[in-house]
Amino acid sequence: MEIKKTSLNKLHQDSQAKFVEFAGYEMPIQYSKGVIEEHKFTRSHAGIFDVSHMGQLFIYGKENLTSDLEKIFPLDLKNLQQNCSKYSFLMNEEAGIYDDLIITKLEDGYLIILNAACKEKDFEILSNILSKKYKMELSNNRALVAIQGPKAVEILDKNINGVKNLTFMTGDWFDYNGQKLFITRSGYTGEDGFEVSILNDLAEEFTKSLIKKGAELIGLGARDTLRLEAGLCLYGHELDLNKTPVEANLKWAISKERLSNGGFVGSDKIINQIKEGAKQIRVGIKPEGRLIAREKTKIFNETELPIGEITSGTFGPSINGPIAMGYVDKEFSKIDTKILLEVRGKKHPANICKLPFYKKSYVKGAN
Amino acid sequence: MSEVKFSKEHEWITLEGDVATIGITQHATEMLGDIVFAELPEKGSNVEKDGTAGVVESTKAASDVYTPVSGEVVDINQAIVDDPAKINEDPEGTAWFFKLKMKDISELDSLMNKEEYDKFAKESSS
Repeated sequence: MEIKKTSLNKLHQDSQAKFVEFAGYEMPIQYSKGVIEEHKFTRSHAGIFDVSHMGQLFIYGKENLTSDLEKIFPLDLKNLQQNCSKYSFLMNEEAGIYDDLIITKLEDGYLIILNAACKEKDFEILSNILSKKYKMELSNNRALVAIQGPKAVEILDKNINGVKNLTFMTGDWFDYNGQKLFITRSGYTGEDGFEVSILNDLAEEFTKSLIKKGAELIGLGARDTLRLEAGLCLYGHELDLNKTPVEANLKWAISKERLSNGGFVGSDKIINQIKEGAKQIRVGIKPEGRLIAREKTKIFNETELPIGEITSGTFGPSINGPIAMGYVDKEFSKIDTKILLEVRGKKHPANICKLPFYKKSYVKGAN
Repeated sequence: MSEVKFSKEHEWITLEGDVATIGITQHATEMLGDIVFAELPEKGSNVEKDGTAGVVESTKAASDVYTPVSGEVVDINQAIVDDPAKINEDPEGTAWFFKLKMKDISELDSLMNKEEYDKFAKESSS
């Protein structure tokens, strides 16, 4: 299969990007400054991320659609205000996670942002459950550009007047050169920021105008260290079909209103797990010293019995040390529990620690 | 000091008497990206030509460091363990990895000179 390119591919090339294949797309892993500088620039200024490979699924409909989507997502969509976003999951009957996503209520339906590697399958699953009653559009003419960091609001507002009035996890349509952009105040870095859905034809010129105002392109390498410092899950690592939202320690994303009556795919399992407790749970892990424990590293308790596995591990540039997330047996999940990590045949000390590693600075609203 | 020689695993080596100083090349650091962890062999241990003698990790992945010659480790550069970013800053100078007392100086003969290595590095990365 031919590798796909986003509408910003030429701009990446011109900016000396190093490319990797990710979910069938040629994507920039880093630019000439490197992961650590790009990471720090996002935390201190504003980073631009091409996330056009992600799925932008528009589903059009009114009250019936809301009722039908409540049979799928563990959300109180009836009481969700227009232009408000929620983090959620597409699950199977066993509450295994097909994908994690952001869903936003629009005037005439919903916009769902899906992971690149899952979007086609998600589309299939959703159209089957919704039995083709609604118009569904997995957009291929829109790019998705994120701008993240303390200067993001100032820079983006110069381009698009009014975005500064959005609060965290809300969005709206804005005009730009006669075209409509959908912008949400959200992101994946632990910083304040926005995600801009824009027509492919306008994406490069729009991104260049952000660069002119002081933002810089940031690759997927720094996107990963940023999200891990922020304690955010990455599908295929922390989340997959063998994990439930309860095990992933994401109970907060399930609406309380939906837990009493269930009625969504996977609800029996979730209600039961909340009552009984999950066997394993996702935790933050801080190795002692500088040792990096990567994905699939085995975790042991102090008496060297296996208790779990790392799902993501790297060096956190803002923490200036190694960080990781993983799953451990519930009884070892308490903060400050001492554990051992087996790296290159040797067991090294580490501690269970609080998430996020890096404190967020979102602009809170009424949502 | 002898001419700098290079290995296909992207190590450089210089010789003073029978003590070799070994590190990784500028080209290697450019391929690896930001280095955030380094592990070196133990002082007093013996390492074999082409065997592993350490690890470097970038933000992205871990890579083994090989020794291009055999010998006894007589010194290690603790400064790069304490601050691995030094490796990106000056890989072919102050950020050397370890020093070996060589057993067989003729092991150097099979290694590349600067010109050969530059050509090899250019070809292997394209």
